[in-house]
Order: sequence, then structure tokens, then C-alpha cells
Amino acid sequence: MEKEAVVKEKEVQRSNVVHHYLRPKKKFPNVWCAGCGNGIVMGALIRAIDKLKLDKNDVVVVSGIGCSSRIPVYLDFNTLHTTHGRAIAFATGVKVVKPRLKVIVITGDGDAMAIGGNHFIHACRRNIDITVVLVNNKIYGMTGGQFSPTTTAGAFATTAPFGNYEKQFDIVKLASAAGASYVARGTVYHEQQLEKLIEGAIVKRGFSLVEVVSNCHTYYGRLNREGDAVAMISWMKDHAMPIQAAVKLPPEKMVGKFVTGLIHETDATEFCEEYDKLVERLKAKEAQK
Amino acid sequence: MKAAAEQKKKEDRYEIRLSGSGGQGLILAGVMLAEAIGVGDGKNVVQTQSYGPEARGGASRSDVVIAEGEIYYPKTMKLDILLALTQEACDKYYPDLKENGILVVDSTMVTQVPTKKYYGLPFVRLAREEIGHVMVANVIALGAIAELTGIVTHDSLKEVVLGRAPRGTEEKNQKALELGFSAARKLKKEVKSRG
Amino acid sequence: MSNLRKGKVRLLQGNEACFQGAIYAGIDFYAGYPITPSTEIAEGLARELPRIGKKFIQMEDEIGSIAAVIGASNAGAKAMTATSGPGYSLMVENIGYAYMTETPCVIVNVQRAGPSTGLPTKISQSDMMQARWGTHGDYTAIAVAPSSVRECFEETVRAFNLSERFRTPVTVLTDEVLGHMRELMTMPKPGELEVMERPKPDIPADWYRHFEMTPSMVSPMAALGEGYRYNVTGMTHDREGFPTAVPSEINEKLNKLKKKIERFADEIYKVRTEMMDDAKIAVISFGTVARATHQAIKMARERRVRVGAIQPLTIWPFPDPIISDALKNVKKIIVAELNMGQMVNEVKRIAPRNAEVFFLGRYDGEVMTPQQILDKIREVK
Repeated sequence: MEKEAVVKEKEVQRSNVVHHYLRPKKKFPNVWCAGCGNGIVMGALIRAIDKLKLDKNDVVVVSGIGCSSRIPVYLDFNTLHTTHGRAIAFATGVKVVKPRLKVIVITGDGDAMAIGGNHFIHACRRNIDITVVLVNNKIYGMTGGQFSPTTTAGAFATTAPFGNYEKQFDIVKLASAAGASYVARGTVYHEQQLEKLIEGAIVKRGFSLVEVVSNCHTYYGRLNREGDAVAMISWMKDHAMPIQAAVKLPPEKMVGKFVTGLIHETDATEFCEEYDKLVERLKAKEAQK
Repeated sequence: MKAAAEQKKKEDRYEIRLSGSGGQGLILAGVMLAEAIGVGDGKNVVQTQSYGPEARGGASRSDVVIAEGEIYYPKTMKLDILLALTQEACDKYYPDLKENGILVVDSTMVTQVPTKKYYGLPFVRLAREEIGHVMVANVIALGAIAELTGIVTHDSLKEVVLGRAPRGTEEKNQKALELGFSAARKLKKEVKSRG
Repeated sequence: MSNLRKGKVRLLQGNEACFQGAIYAGIDFYAGYPITPSTEIAEGLARELPRIGKKFIQMEDEIGSIAAVIGASNAGAKAMTATSGPGYSLMVENIGYAYMTETPCVIVNVQRAGPSTGLPTKISQSDMMQARWGTHGDYTAIAVAPSSVRECFEETVRAFNLSERFRTPVTVLTDEVLGHMRELMTMPKPGELEVMERPKPDIPADWYRHFEMTPSMVSPMAALGEGYRYNVTGMTHDREGFPTAVPSEINEKLNKLKKKIERFADEIYKVRTEMMDDAKIAVISFGTVARATHQAIKMARERRVRVGAIQPLTIWPFPDPIISDALKNVKKIIVAELNMGQMVNEVKRIAPRNAEVFFLGRYDGEVMTPQQILDKIREVK
């Protein structure tokens, strides 16, 4: 009984934390389907920011177009809901002008991997100090279930009525190869891990990416007979393999599984810092004259 | 009265084209000439040029329009001076020259001159043999134009050429300019004695 | 000391004057992507901005460039990008976002001939309508069109002023010839030209609404990170910036975008007229063509033809009242432009009923010559 009360109290606390960061005037309910992973991502993001004790005024959340890109509207930060695929480019402008701000981009697989793919890889290359939370539900949800660059081969979508015959992006590998400093993958099942990964991403200097494996039971689940939200999220529980365990497993044991956790981390020069150095160098040169 | 004044103002428009092949430094030569006449000598100038693939091989050109008063139309209409460093440029632009305009050609490169009335000097050869660098043919040509036409003062041209010369090449450029002045002076004398 | 060393008068390219104007206006941020014939603007700012502690970034494409510019502007920066037709085409979706979110920014379009890749190094004026109607949806646009190197400087300053004052994107329409030609210019001293700043809020943060209705219809604008924590969205939104589907709120928003500019159009218009007092024929042209027109009417006047010139420097909103006033005693109107007929339709819309409108177009990549205009004047006389 007592234990139950403690758990309950913790839950209330966690929920209060979230409420503290929601926009009081924004009319709920939100735009998402019941059971959508976006709420979990939003909660994890809020708790990560709360843990870091960031000033709300110093946080800028930028998003593109899609279901997950509606997250910022509900958040009591500086929020920019931009055009399809371009969130990272908008965020780049914000960060370059005010490097002291924490700039976080929320985007989806269609937004960041298809229409916004170019901005994504170039932000990785510049290693600009932006955190990207990429909610990957493997489908275009807002437009009604078309296949995306991460839709599994063979899976059905409204524009892949006979099964998807395209290949997929591995977002983590793409970001790592393109030069990102911090590349992680979480799921909406492993909420506490996700919170930590986002926290680490925000703290990390340079470009950070957290891919979040999420569920679109409304389209992906229905078209592919993967069941409801609970079934899809349970699948994540059964198929996620933490990086620490994955590295020890032989390849045949990894078939059908996906790796989670902090998968790639490096330290490299960061865009804004390099620019500041250039400004200082020119200033010193000028002073010498 | 007013019309006559207008007419005079119109005639005061003077147009120069420097032409040759891309990479001969004619665009820069045009800029230097315009700067010397405009900033140095205090006349009004507009400088325009050909852009694109032309600027890298093929016929390349740089135009300078000069006037005491306002220059409205920025491009050339009828040339007073045409410099042609290649046969191609000479063939292409000679029709744009006024009837009594001045044609200056590179005498080794332009072998078929469309008129008998012209000035020929071996700019590229002079650059290579006297200065040791073909890249200064443009500066020699500027010097020659200044001497032959008086369109720009020697002092302004010297100052601009030295100011625009890449570091370490000032001496070569100065020598090239002086060579342009002197070669043209000699040529003028020859022409006079012929006449 | 010679003039050359005094350095007061300088021989400057149109594109150079344009970026110098941006610096004069207080540019904080430039993002761009290389494209002929605008590249000198990016090159100049890449050199100058870090020297004065301002920001320059070369983005991966034009879409990213305008996105970064809008992001920067929302973070409080005076921001600009420069491009040419193909790049502007890529930008138009996000320019629409800037209209909708009322974000000040300046876009320079050094026009070249199109459609598509067209003629990268050849002049054109065929993007006039794009500057007005480029992006989808309803909005009112501002565009200015200089015709000399000095005006490239001045009109860029004015573009920044209009943009900041009205919280709206402003297009500077120049062209290949203007961008690349060199003329003498005396640099304006600080204070010589007016430099405007955007309206800022002077109320407590929790009263603040990012799209507040005001008598001028322009809302004061707080920057990201200044404690106001507002929402910006390209979706049609209410005064606070939250998406709305309420018809009255939608109406209010769209009317605001239109009226905040139209109401003050008199202060935006800028038109130059020459020899129009007794003119029976008027030649209307802008940009580089206006210079050929000036030359042509001088030639025509020598032949005792009563002809004058009208040159809009504000191309959008089209200066209807000023131009129709200038045209009131005119019987023949020639509209000369480097396209297949864009401004001519604006002129037809406002021309006096008893006046005839003639179109003189050229779209072969060459500048219109004074002779061509003179021939047209003789033809219609």
C-alpha cells in the first residue's frame, strides 16, 4: 500500500512538471490520435529540460510540418512552427544570431529525411549546436499514411498499396556519417531512457540527434496489421536492444532487433564557436594595424 | 540655345571598349581605366563588361563610357576607341566603332585589320619579351591608349595601376605602363612622319 | 592629395553598393547560396560581416537560406539574402511564411533571363510579377527597383526600413547589368540616410501578443529569447500566434497583411518623373531600362517630340495614384520593359480612358537601347 502511494505521488509530481511547461492558454485536447507516441516524446522533452533547469526564456523549439511538428505549439517556450522540411534551416538562423539560446528541433521522418534531408545532413556537417528530436513513425501521418524514407521494405502504405519496394534510410548511420556529435536512438516505450538521451543531447556541444522510434497505429499499424498503440509499443519493448548489449551479440542474434541508446559520440569543432573565433581573429588583426 | 547645349552634352559622351580573349585581364583593365578617369580625373564614368563563359576564353570585353555630365544609358552605343588584342575580338567589335573612331590592335595577334587607319603594337610580345610576363599586356595596352588618345591622365592611371596591382607585382606593372607610354609615343611619331 | 587616395568617391559595382547599403542599414545576418549574377553580394558580406562582428552563413540551398534569414530575424536580427530568378523561385514558399508570420527580411533578386536556368549572365526584368505574386495565397508585397549603383545602395537601405517598419519581407529587384556595372559613388555618411528599427513591445511579457492589433496594424515585435515566449506558425493564426479556424480570426489576419501596407502606401511609393509637364507621350520603365528611356527622351526632345519619362522606384505596391496623376494629360503611353509584358498590364489598369497604351518588350538577354525606344516613340507619335 505504502509503496503504491509513493509511486502515485511520483506520478503526480511528474505530471505537475509537465503542466508547468504547457501553455496555459492553449486549448487542449491536442491534435494527436489517442495512443500516439508524440505525447510521450513531449513529456520526455519537458522532463529533460526541467532536469537541466533551463530558463524557459532561453529555450527555442523549432519544428517543421507533420504530426510531431505540432508539439511546440503546446510548449511554453519560444516556439517556431515552420515550413515542411525546413525546421533545421530556420533553427540555424536562430542559433547563429543568438548562440546562447538552447535550440531544439522537433521533426519527423518525412520532414527531416525526405523534404528536409539536405538541411539535415548539412547541419550535421556544420556540427552546429542544435538538438534534433526526430520522431520516426515510419509513415506520413498528417497526410494520411503515405510511405516515408523510413518505411520498412515490403510494408504497406496508401502510396505503397502493393508493399514498399524502396530502401530505407538508417537515420543514426546517416547522422553519424554526416558529422553529428551526438547520435542516439530511443523509443516511446523506454520513456526514462528517452528522457536521459534527450538530456544528454541538449547538454552536448555540437549537433545532436535523438531518433525516437514511435508508433502510428492509425495508419502504419492498421495498414500493416501491427495492431493498436499498445501492440505497437509492446513491439518496441521486445525488439529494442540497448547498445551496451548489442555490441556483445553476434550478428545473427541481432536479426529483427534495433539498437537503442547513445550510439555515436564525438567531439568536433562547432559552427558558432568557429565563427566567433574568426571574428576575434579579425578583431585582433584590426587592432594590430 | 538649350537644344545646342543638349547636343554638346550628348557629344561629350565618349565610349571605349577593351577586347580580347578571356584571361587577358581586360575586365580588370576596364575597371582600372574607369577608376583612373572617374575617381582620378573626376569625370563621370560607367563600366560594364561581358560575363559568363565569354569571360573564360572566347571574345571578352570591358566597356567604359565617359562623360562630363550624367550618363544615362550605361552600355556603349557607338565606340570612340576600340582595343582588340585578338583577331576574333577585332572582327566581332570593329563594326561597333564610329567612322572616325580609334582602333588599337595587337599587331602580332591581329593580322587582318579591317581598316588601314589604326594603331598596332605587339602588346603580348612586349609583355613577354620586355617585362617577362604576358599577364601585363593589358597594362601596356592601357599605357598606350592613354598616350595615343589622352583620354586619361598618366598620373591617375599610374596611381590606379599601382593601387590595384597584386602585392609583389608593382614594379612589373609600373614598368609595363611606362613601356605602354613610350611604345605609343614612338608609334605616334612614326605615324606623323608617314603622314 | 589625389582623389584616389582620399577615397571619398569610389568606383563601385551595383552588387557591391547593394551589400554596402545593407551594412549601412545595420544588417546583422546574411544567409545565401551562390548564384549568378548575384554572387558578389554574398562574397562582399562574407568578407565584411565577420569584421564587424555580424553573422554570415552560406547555406546548402536557397530554401535553407531564406529559412535561416527568417529564423535570424525572429531572433531579432536585421536579415537579408540575395539571389537570382531560380533561387527566388526556390525561396517563394518560405517568403510566404515570412508574409504570414510578419517577419521582416530583405530579399535581393538580381534578375536574369528565364524561365528555368535561362540565361545566367544576361539581363531581364521578367521577375516583376514573381516579386508580387510569387508565393501562394493572399498578401500584399513590397518591392523596390533601383536603376543606378547609388540607388542600389539607397534602395537596399530603404528596403530594410520598409521591412522593419511594416514587419514584412521586401524584395529589391535589380538586374544583371545593374548588379555588375560600375559607377562612381560617394558613400553616404552615417545619419545621411534614415535607418529604421522594427517596433518593439513596451508592455509586460505576459500581456504580449505577437500579432497584436494596433492602430497602424503593425504589431510590435519581440525577439526570441527576450522573455516573451510566443508562438510563430505559418498556419493561419490568431493574435497570439496559435492556429485558428475561426472565420472572423482568419479574416482579421488576412486583412491585416493587406491593410498594414496599403494604408501607408503613400509613404512607400517612390516615382521619378522627367519632362512630364508638357508631355503628350510618356515612356514608363524601371531599373536599367529607365536609363535607356532617359537617353531616348532626350534624343526625342531634340527632335521636338513632347515626350516624358516615368520611372517607379517602388514597383510594388504599384504606385497607382502617382502614375495616374502623371498620366492625366498624356495621349500615348509606352511601357518599355525587358520581358513579354508585365508592368504594361498594371499601366493599362490605371491609364486614362482616352490614352493609348503601347508595349515595348525585349527578352533576348540584351538591354533595351535608347534607339529602340526612340523608334517606338516615333512610331506611336
